[in-house]
Amino acid sequence: MKKTLVEATINGETVEFLCEPRQSLLETLRDVLELTGSKEGCLTGDCGACTVIVDGRAVDSCLMLGVEAQGKTISTVEGLATQGVLSVLQNKFLEHASLQCGICTPGFLISAKSLLDRNPKPTEPEVRYALAGNLCRCTGYDKIVKAVLDAAADIRGQDKSKSAA
Amino acid sequence: MLAPLCFAMPTVVIPALLRKFTGGLERVDVPGKSIRELVRTLGQRFPGIDAQLLEDGDIRPSIAVSIDGEIATGGVLDTVDEHSEVHFIPALGGGVR
Amino acid sequence: MAASTTTGNFKVIGTRPIRHDGVDKVTGRAKYGADYTFPGMLHGKVLRSPHAHANIKSINIDKALKLPGVKAIVTGKDLPKAENKLEQAGEMTINPMYLSMNILAHDKVLYDGHAIAAVAATSPHIAEEALRLIEVEYEVLHPVMTVDVATKPGAPILLKDLRNKEEGDKETNVAQHYQFKRGDVAAGFKAADYVIEREFNTAMVHQGYIEPHNAVGIYNSDGQATIYCSTQGAFDVRSLSAQVLGMPVGHIKVVPAEIGGGFGGKTTIYLEPLSVLLSKKTGAPVKLVMSRSEVLRASGPTSGSKIKVKMGATKDGRLVAAEIWMAYEAGAFPGSPVGAGAMCIIAPYTIEHFQIDAYDVVVNRPKTAAYRAPGATNAAFASETIIDELAEKCGIDPIDFRLMNAVKEGDAQVVGPPFKRIGLIQTLEGVKNSPHYKSKLTGKFRGRGVASGFWFNAGMQSSATVNIHADGTASVVTGSPDIGGSRASMAMITAEVLGLDVTDVRPITADTDSIGHTDVTGGSRVTFATGMAVYEAAKDAERQLIERAAKVWEKKPDEVEFRDGKLHAKGNGVPPMSIKQLAPRFPRTGGPITGRASVNARGVGPGFATTCVDVEVDPDTGKVQVLRCTIAQDAGKAIHPSYVEGQMQGGTAQGLGWALNEEYFYDDKGTLRNSGFLDYRMPTCLDLPMIETVVVEEANPGHPLGVRGVGEVSIVPPPAAVANAIFRAVGVRMTETPMSPPKLLKAMLKHRSSTQHSAAAD
Repeated sequence: MKKTLVEATINGETVEFLCEPRQSLLETLRDVLELTGSKEGCLTGDCGACTVIVDGRAVDSCLMLGVEAQGKTISTVEGLATQGVLSVLQNKFLEHASLQCGICTPGFLISAKSLLDRNPKPTEPEVRYALAGNLCRCTGYDKIVKAVLDAAADIRGQDKSKSAA
Repeated sequence: MLAPLCFAMPTVVIPALLRKFTGGLERVDVPGKSIRELVRTLGQRFPGIDAQLLEDGDIRPSIAVSIDGEIATGGVLDTVDEHSEVHFIPALGGGVR
Repeated sequence: MAASTTTGNFKVIGTRPIRHDGVDKVTGRAKYGADYTFPGMLHGKVLRSPHAHANIKSINIDKALKLPGVKAIVTGKDLPKAENKLEQAGEMTINPMYLSMNILAHDKVLYDGHAIAAVAATSPHIAEEALRLIEVEYEVLHPVMTVDVATKPGAPILLKDLRNKEEGDKETNVAQHYQFKRGDVAAGFKAADYVIEREFNTAMVHQGYIEPHNAVGIYNSDGQATIYCSTQGAFDVRSLSAQVLGMPVGHIKVVPAEIGGGFGGKTTIYLEPLSVLLSKKTGAPVKLVMSRSEVLRASGPTSGSKIKVKMGATKDGRLVAAEIWMAYEAGAFPGSPVGAGAMCIIAPYTIEHFQIDAYDVVVNRPKTAAYRAPGATNAAFASETIIDELAEKCGIDPIDFRLMNAVKEGDAQVVGPPFKRIGLIQTLEGVKNSPHYKSKLTGKFRGRGVASGFWFNAGMQSSATVNIHADGTASVVTGSPDIGGSRASMAMITAEVLGLDVTDVRPITADTDSIGHTDVTGGSRVTFATGMAVYEAAKDAERQLIERAAKVWEKKPDEVEFRDGKLHAKGNGVPPMSIKQLAPRFPRTGGPITGRASVNARGVGPGFATTCVDVEVDPDTGKVQVLRCTIAQDAGKAIHPSYVEGQMQGGTAQGLGWALNEEYFYDDKGTLRNSGFLDYRMPTCLDLPMIETVVVEEANPGHPLGVRGVGEVSIVPPPAAVANAIFRAVGVRMTETPMSPPKLLKAMLKHRSSTQHSAAAD
């Protein structure tokens, strides 16, 4: 099958890559671009382990084709830290022990980031609703929800002190 | 070999499905200092029961031996004293089977 | 909140450090099995049977081999002949013939999804295309899908060689019968004021790990093979793969990748021998990954079951007799956890008279594998709802009823031996005194339910080494894949013994060449048994440190002691020395220091849990919302409390999913109709409340730190707790799982019409 040349912005970098039309964005990220942080759990958009942000929207990358990335801006888990410095969300997940096996963690971090970008002051039900598309089998979600609520409060606190300065 | 009644002896508790060998007896006092000796003596007293417990000279992998409430790991090599209580129970590695 | 009774002033144990693999896990750097790539790697896919039960008349791979990009195809004929007998493979007892048949079908397929052939090609897509070109001729047979059908006289026989002890040489689908008996059941029931008898059915469910099975196999021309895979037990993968492939165990190295969940389902092999077989044929590394549909159809769910429970109690709340019949689906090959279920079903209670008969039955479903406290959850669903009903009849609070009958230290277990120190009563009290239980539940169609559960926990074999580095820091190496955060606990135990900062100890999970034999991560055994090995290895390192310091100080070892992370010379005058200070002296005092230990761990402490749930039932749809949930569990000693809580919460969530929505749905042809996460419905974030945890610490006297395994028992009580809550909410006693909306609605409508009938009749 002939490959297509695609150009996209991934984690802030402009990249060019070749992929077959039948390859999903998930497969393209993992097998072509070697960004294996996004995970395959179901290939039917039910588990959210493959969640990435495409043009500001959280998307199951298994339900999108690699060729559809043309011209898009994409964020994956690999882009959450800034020059190696973990984001607030990432730190909160570690502090709250919000991961056990960790396979769902990239997807949750992306979905949570997407939520907090839209809604900096979510309630617990709002957090649960926003994360309902990400399955976790290890934690029962308790510590994940706590980490996201704590991160939201932290970020709000930082923003407050920034604007006060 | 009948041991004198005034000396204590290890007690073997017979699993339900093997009580047909012991005529229904659930608890049997058997002399011996090791599991090997206990099983051998049981086999002498209740022919056939030892074949149910042993395979290739050691306790069958499907059977676990409990000595005084603790799962023992030495098979026929484990030692017992005169007050020991021994149970043979299905070996079920948790989270594995 | 921890009711701590362990003594010991710990510096590290009991704290909550960040796990050592944390940064890798939150940045996507951690390598799971499917993340591995190698130069020249090929991709494999498996052809699977669409039939539940069929003879294979022929397999033609010619067309598939001709597809450009296809490099090799293997079928059952490529596996060496395997014997039909029970054999030791590591710690497991397996039947080599059945194991081989499950990897690739021989002359028969036994479930929808049964592997028939495997293809290696230059891309996974080409491999999938090749599957469509493989021609298989089947003679379809009648599917046997339930224990009822399997045990009916004249039922189609799945395995022509299967025999059980009681039926002699008769062909059968019943693989095994277990029995546990005490006292005189008939006499026991005579003494009872209340006797309740019900039949329960639980549906087959899956462990539901988010990461599908994977394996990369590399076979070298010198006969040595390496397997990279996500597994709970690298040594089991090695011994089982060696068995199937007819290779010496020592010629296979297994490298455990990070693992995305297991819960017992990744303690066996599926793709691993195929990856080696294909690599041998092609001379290239071959990677296989299951799709979600393959995971559900063809890995190892846990048994559906039929359980009949009859229990009697006196009117003052004393349990006097129990008579139980249970049959579990083994799947296509023998080995359901019915024996364990039988040993757990009344384990939390002292009952003078009982008889339990348990049957392992083969059916045309995938061969079952372990799922967190295998067999116990099915059993507790039955027994804990009967206990609830007896408590109600006696007019006694369900927790008080259980407290009156609860086993304690010295009481005989179902299997006979007496319990040592255990914490069941403390878990019951933990729930009773919790803010949850003390709160009032108000509102229509709402109810509160309680249940308890038991699991033995395992000991088994583990090895550990502790290497002291040139800068005085350390690595602790074990063979236990980390599925829940255990590596942090291994580092914490080492740090505690050696007086180091936990960040100065690096925990590693090693491959099968780099560490001594270590049994599977499962059975709630890692913190217990591997932790025991780690403790002993750290103590061994400590002994060596003492010897070295003695050499340096020109004293005898018994004149030196290790205290507060430093070496001290007894007597005056010599300033203490830290490990960091001693490390540069290693070369001249004997060389590097490695502490080592291997255990076949004794002193296992069993686990108990009590769970309370509040539910609200929608009277029009039968949907159950879990409003509040609390679990109290005895951990012995919580090394890292966050991960102990995590195990309690995770197991509870799985138990709730088992209770409310999860089930395998086969049609009458034996085809699995819900092989995806949309219709195999596991709990999402929105389905669950916060899960409140009460960590009880009744130290296990068999472990140097008091540790008791915590990984499993939390899954056992929830289905019964939910059933008991539903009863109090809407007056219906559910006897099947899942208690999903259609099933609960049907039961509620039936209950309403029968109560209306009796009201009308008055």
